[in-house]
Amino acid sequence: MIYPAATIICLVLIAFVVGLGFAAGRWKGGDMSKIEEWGLGGRKFGTWISWFLLGGDLYTAYTFIAIPALMFGAGAAGFFAVPYTVVIYPILYLVFPKLWRIANRHGYLTGPEFVRGRYGNHALALAIAVTGIVATMPYIALQLVGMQTVIGALGLPGHAPLVIAFAVLAAFTYTSGLRAPAMISIVKDLLIYLTVIVAVIVIPAQLGGFGAMFAKIPPAKLLLAAPPAGSTGAYSGYATLALGSAMALFLYPHSMTGILSASSPRVIRRNAAMLPAYSIILGLLALLGFMAVAAGVKTMPQFAAGFKQFGASFSVPALLLNSFPGWFAGVAFGAIAIGALVPAAIMAIAAANIFTRDIAGPFLGTQPPGREALLAKLFAIFMVVAAVLFVLKIPVSYAVQLQLLGGMWIIQTFPAIIFSLYTRFFNGWALLIGWAVGIVSATWLVALNHFVSAVWPFHVFGWTVPSYIALATVLLNAIIATVLSVPLNAVAPDRVRDKTAAAEYV
Amino acid sequence: MAKFLLLPIYVIALAVPFFNRDQPELFGFPFFYWYQLLTVPAGALLIFIVFKLEDKGQGE
Repeated sequence: MIYPAATIICLVLIAFVVGLGFAAGRWKGGDMSKIEEWGLGGRKFGTWISWFLLGGDLYTAYTFIAIPALMFGAGAAGFFAVPYTVVIYPILYLVFPKLWRIANRHGYLTGPEFVRGRYGNHALALAIAVTGIVATMPYIALQLVGMQTVIGALGLPGHAPLVIAFAVLAAFTYTSGLRAPAMISIVKDLLIYLTVIVAVIVIPAQLGGFGAMFAKIPPAKLLLAAPPAGSTGAYSGYATLALGSAMALFLYPHSMTGILSASSPRVIRRNAAMLPAYSIILGLLALLGFMAVAAGVKTMPQFAAGFKQFGASFSVPALLLNSFPGWFAGVAFGAIAIGALVPAAIMAIAAANIFTRDIAGPFLGTQPPGREALLAKLFAIFMVVAAVLFVLKIPVSYAVQLQLLGGMWIIQTFPAIIFSLYTRFFNGWALLIGWAVGIVSATWLVALNHFVSAVWPFHVFGWTVPSYIALATVLLNAIIATVLSVPLNAVAPDRVRDKTAAAEYV
Repeated sequence: MAKFLLLPIYVIALAVPFFNRDQPELFGFPFFYWYQLLTVPAGALLIFIVFKLEDKGQGE
């Protein structure tokens, strides 16, 4: 089916933000020949811009499609997104103003750069840099998948629309750097708020109210299953998934870039209290999955092809097309499509910062500023092109599985980055060994789960404790790093290589 | 020491056995859903209080 009004509105919105993206380069005195300006917006973003930028960065198109899809398919378990996005903010408040201060003083653009300064250990910093880039790649790819779902729902044929959208994305990322997604995120977030607020007022009314909607959800999906005897069952799975995902989130390069582009630590602390507004939106969005169940879109003939191609991910687009006039569905789809462009741009920029500062830099030596910025811009284009090829050549299910693994891998950088903000007890080599054990054990357990489930039933003191694999393996990682630091500090002490000063951590 | 006010956020958000129930309902929402949606502003409020308390001590 073709939806002309929805298609036109959606395209107009995308064209508008692309124009904004190109214009953004001249905003706030940007000199794009410096990587700090291109890749970090010159660390100039105040409270409101940071709020929009981080909102656009952390709550992505993929989230907007995948979380309701999880509710649609699995039910209550998908609601873990709410506690997840509640418990991230104390971490943001406590930890990241510290990192901002150190990074600002020493001119660091990335997490691995901080670790290299702190430990003088190039192998450890390289491991963390590569982890960041590898974890980011499938994440960008999934943003494309989110956009693809929208394009498919509009009935546009072939891959051309997707390729064009991301070619333009690469172009404005090249010319404007982080200022482009910062400016675009304002439009994106306003559209998302509009869409969600209208959706949660209009659609439940069509369904006869929230009570009637919840009544149509099968009881087994409405709540988590009660745990069997001797097991913590779905309870520990749900809680560890929320906590582990929260610990991983800010270690992703794109989150770090968003945070370090703030103009002061105070901006970050204030945003920790303001960003939860997006979590409310995410919780309401999750309920769209239930609305799709209650509206019965799955059995409507006009959506059969969409569900066949995209699976449960098609539930939100189908619901929007079913419940709204074409033009408003176009607004909503525009919001989701732009919601893919913003994080994809930030992810490409973040990966490029890491490549330039932490992979190319240490090998090529210090570059003149212009060449350093050029290298970063070219690598950002490479990331976007690679993500497009990824999506066109490899089945979507692989991207989802790699994203699942990406979360397991990125959390393994937690001890090296976060603990190091509080103590210099650890030895760089011990952190590297802990990281390696974490990566291998997490990958191993996910492989035993056939790459579909993130939860593993651990056995602890006679109890079965199903837990998010990332959380369990980063615990192992931290224990190994701690235990090995004692002997390694005795035989190979590396504290003298710390380029930062103890006083900076107070 | 205002930072200790952040601790309850983890308790209220992760107390799964406590909130995995459907009664009492609110505006047609089962407890599981309205409770968790309510933890969001509750958490934000606690962070805001800590922010205000710490901000008074030091302007940065």
